[in-house]
Amino acid sequence: MKDVREALMVGRNSEGKLVRRPLSPHLQVYKPQVSSATSIFHRITGVALSAGTILLVLWLVCAASGDSAFSVIQAFLASGIGLLVLFGFTVALFYHFCNGIRHLAWDAGKGFELPDMHRSAKLVAAGTIILTVAFWVIAFVVG
Amino acid sequence: MSKENNPSVHIMRSPLGRARGLGAAKHGAAHWWAERATSVALLPLSLYFVVSVLLLKGADHAAMAAYMAEPWNAVLFLLLIATMFYHVSMGLQVVIEDYVRDDAKRLMTLLVVKGGIWVLALAAAVSVLKLAFS
Repeated sequence: MKDVREALMVGRNSEGKLVRRPLSPHLQVYKPQVSSATSIFHRITGVALSAGTILLVLWLVCAASGDSAFSVIQAFLASGIGLLVLFGFTVALFYHFCNGIRHLAWDAGKGFELPDMHRSAKLVAAGTIILTVAFWVIAFVVG
Repeated sequence: MSKENNPSVHIMRSPLGRARGLGAAKHGAAHWWAERATSVALLPLSLYFVVSVLLLKGADHAAMAAYMAEPWNAVLFLLLIATMFYHVSMGLQVVIEDYVRDDAKRLMTLLVVKGGIWVLALAAAVSVLKLAFS
């Protein structure tokens, strides 16, 4: 045992041997639910967006460095890999945006009932898809 | 009752004096509130950022410089940078504190990540300012 928290995880198996029990929620054996899936996806998109800020900083630094550096990053962003990265960026941003509003509603004490929570999860999924599609339609069809 | 059977500790501070500076002291929720405040601020700021990205799609250097030379664009980008990196910093702190168990490793990870965030935020802000004033 490395620290005192692990004392709560020690138990005996059917043979009476001391074992370290898994910590709940043990994601490998835990049935995915709307609540847990939307929650972990909020965290994953948050970390992904944090990494994505590096791209934003690179874009701004290249713009500040001058013409040649900026044309290099603009060309990368317009390339296949660049567009794929940007597509992932938009999905993560719009999901985190919509689910963030859902979290703020919970913070205000609204929408805790299970049917409400399932409905808001569907709204978040729909909002993410609509905003992402709208972004890329404006980028390539309108813009 | 003799003194030996009735141990006591003499504290030269009033109960109010002891309560002040101990316990929550109403600062425990600061992190929580800052997360929510930056979340709300980022709703309009991130929409502004998305619109900016669409406007600057395929822009050359001159167009980008002209965009940032508009005072409101520079101000909104600086606000976005400050709010976003503050939000990122608090969010990553929670993730690190959840998953990095070892005390020394957790402290080191937090210092490295927060230091990196300062570097990124300042690089972004200085770049915007350079474009705004060039």
